[in-house]
Order: sequence, then structure tokens, then C-alpha cells
Amino acid sequence: MAEDARTQEFVEYVQAGGLVESTDWMPEEYRKRLVKFIEMHANSELMGVLPERDWILRAPTLQRKLALTAKIQDEVGHAQLIYRIVEDLGKPREACFDDLIAGKSKFHNVFHYPTRSWGDVGVIAWLVDAAAIVSQKALLKTSYAPYARIMKRVCWEESFHILHGRDVVLAMVSGTESQRELVQEALDRWWEPLMMFHGNPIPAEDDPMYRWRIKSQANEDARQEFLDGYVNQILELGLTIPDSKLSRNDSGIWEYTEPDWDELLAVVTGHGPASAERIAFRSLSRAEVDWVSRVLLAEAA
Amino acid sequence: MLAARPHDESAASEPSTRPEPGSAGREAGGGQGAIFEVFRQERKGKPLEHAGSFRAVDELAAEIYAREFYGRRHESEALWLVPRTAVHEIADFPEEFDRSYRRVDGYSLRSRLREARARAAATGDEGA
Repeated sequence: MAEDARTQEFVEYVQAGGLVESTDWMPEEYRKRLVKFIEMHANSELMGVLPERDWILRAPTLQRKLALTAKIQDEVGHAQLIYRIVEDLGKPREACFDDLIAGKSKFHNVFHYPTRSWGDVGVIAWLVDAAAIVSQKALLKTSYAPYARIMKRVCWEESFHILHGRDVVLAMVSGTESQRELVQEALDRWWEPLMMFHGNPIPAEDDPMYRWRIKSQANEDARQEFLDGYVNQILELGLTIPDSKLSRNDSGIWEYTEPDWDELLAVVTGHGPASAERIAFRSLSRAEVDWVSRVLLAEAA
Repeated sequence: MLAARPHDESAASEPSTRPEPGSAGREAGGGQGAIFEVFRQERKGKPLEHAGSFRAVDELAAEIYAREFYGRRHESEALWLVPRTAVHEIADFPEEFDRSYRRVDGYSLRSRLREARARAAATGDEGA
């Protein structure tokens, strides 16, 4: 069969809900888009632990320290599982690590910002993870079956993270005035990055990721779902969302101040306030633990 | 033809876009160690289902990773670790003959049953 006809057949197959396994034939463009997208996801899991790692030693109680450590272990575990999927698509994990450090691949915008207080830890675990789970739940329906299967496990663990984050925030808003202020300040810092998290609104029909059914949810739909789920949960705690334009219109659509999409692009291409520091730290950790891999490989040889 | 996947008809003659099952191990290009496929049993009596895979340098490391990845919340009753090189995959089932006689959908009884019931009812009426 001619390549074009075969690709066309593949597109129709995935659009009709067909699932693709790693051993199946797939068009080169599909494979490349999968690698780029899934690699960014894995990078985000890996880089996402760095802002939280800073708070292990500063956690206010032993229970919080244990829970935060468990969350971090989960995220690194997700990175490992997701990089494995990228490897089966043809790109080795070490090459992903190289590209991450060299700034050739991306990770999510929210992990390019610094954390200032324990309030940030609560807001990240609750709301950043909530925004992430909206996307990850949609990925359960992706056309690439190995990725969907891993997402099932990832979503299961993320639900613990959200609960842990909500518990941290609830404890703080139930505490002293200065604790409440810390949460409000953290929400003020994180709101705009959160609103950027799902990306600028691209109509689904213009999005090639949608055509291949790698994604099954348009960016704006994900953001609306996040707002549907969490705005009331934030407000009921007495917190204020720092966007005076945020409201639900008569047709049930959330309206909000348009985030600065140029900032989003700058941030994810490595020009965020903490981008350089995070990448440098990742590079350092990799160099520091390199001997472990070398010893294990030498012993196994 | 019953093939559900678009790759089936010429899969054998096409170069695969990923390492073939069985080509695991110390691959060129940065792969370290061997790939282990993990099968996980959620509860006693349930089947072991494929759960994912990871790389490990040897069986001992694989066991440690498996316990961490798939057992740290007591979410598994049992795990099987299988080196990918040991997996023999069959993914093509050509339908050369009509084998519908082996399946439920090969049997269509409805219209003939209706006729038979009508016939039996008619005969019964005559006998009454």
C-alpha cells in the first residue's frame, strides 16, 4: 500500500477510537509527536520534584515530611515509567536527560517558578496536581495504548497528592492569620501560571495532536474543567482568587483575564524565573549519581 | 478479514519503528541494563495483568525496583518479572478460512427459531 494511503488509513483508525501498540506500524510523524509530547511529560514529572524537594528539610511536622517524600517518590516513579514509554518509541532515556539539560526539550511551565513558603507546597500539591490530573485523565483516552495504561496508574497516585495538598492548605487556613496569609500569597503567585498550565486555546480542529488523537481534549476544555472543579473549593476556604474578571457566564463558560501567552512561551523555552537554577541542579544531580549507574553496570557485567 | 489494526496486512515485511520484543538488553544508544516486563496481580484470584516495564541491570535490581514501583502501597498481591527477551509475542491471526463455526456469531437462529415456533404452534393447533 502506498505510504500516503496507509497513513490516511491509520488516521481514520485512530480517529475512530483505534488503539496503537508499540509494536504496531505507525506513521513517522505520529511517532515523533508521541516522543516529543511524552518526553515533555516525563521531564515535567522529573523536574516537578525539584520545587518540592527544597521543602523536605523544612516540612513543619514529621508526618508532612513523610507525605512530601512519598509524593516526590511517586513523581520520580512516574518519570521513570513514562521515559520507558519514550524508549520503546526509539529515544533512550539517557538521550532524554541530555536534551533536558541542554535545553532542547521542554517541561511544564509551573516547574519554572520558585517556591517561597510552605504555602506554596500546599498550593502546588493541591492545585498544580489538580490541573495536571485534568490533562492526565484526558490522556486515559489517548490513541497510544501503552501511554494510556501508564496514565491509569499515574492518576491513581495523583489523587493522593491532591488530597495531601488540600489537607496542607486546609490546615493552614484553619490556623493563624499569618498562616492564612501564606496560603493567600502562594495562591496569588501561582494563579497565573495555573491559568497558563493547559496552554493557549487552540481549536481542536487546528491541533495536530488532536488529529492523531494523542490528545483527546482541547486546551481550553481542560482549563474550563479545572475551573469547574476547583474555583468553588478555593473560595469556600475564604481565599481570594487574584482575577477580578473571573466569573461564570450564563452559558456556564468561565471568563477570565487572558494570561500572557508570550510569557508562557518564554517560560517553557527556559526563560522562567527559576529555569536556569532548576536545569543546573538537575545537571548537578545527574553528575553526582552517575557513579551509581557505573558501579551497578560494572557489577552486572 | 477481521484484522482490527491497520498494520496487519504487511507488518511482517515492514521495518518496525521500535526495538522488536527480544532486542532488549544492552542496546546501543544509551540503554543500560535489560528491560523487564511486569505483570501484576491486584487481588488473590485475579489474573496477572501487564502493568508496564522498567530497566534493571540484573534480577536483584529488578526485584528491588518492582517492589518500589508496584508494591509500595500494598497495591499488588503478586508480581511476575519477565525479561523482555523471554517474551514470545504473537500478534497476527490470519483468517484464511471462514471459521465462524467456532464462534457464537457464526450461528444465526432467530428467524429459523421463529419459523419453527410458528410451525410447532400450527401443528399443536391442528392436534387440539
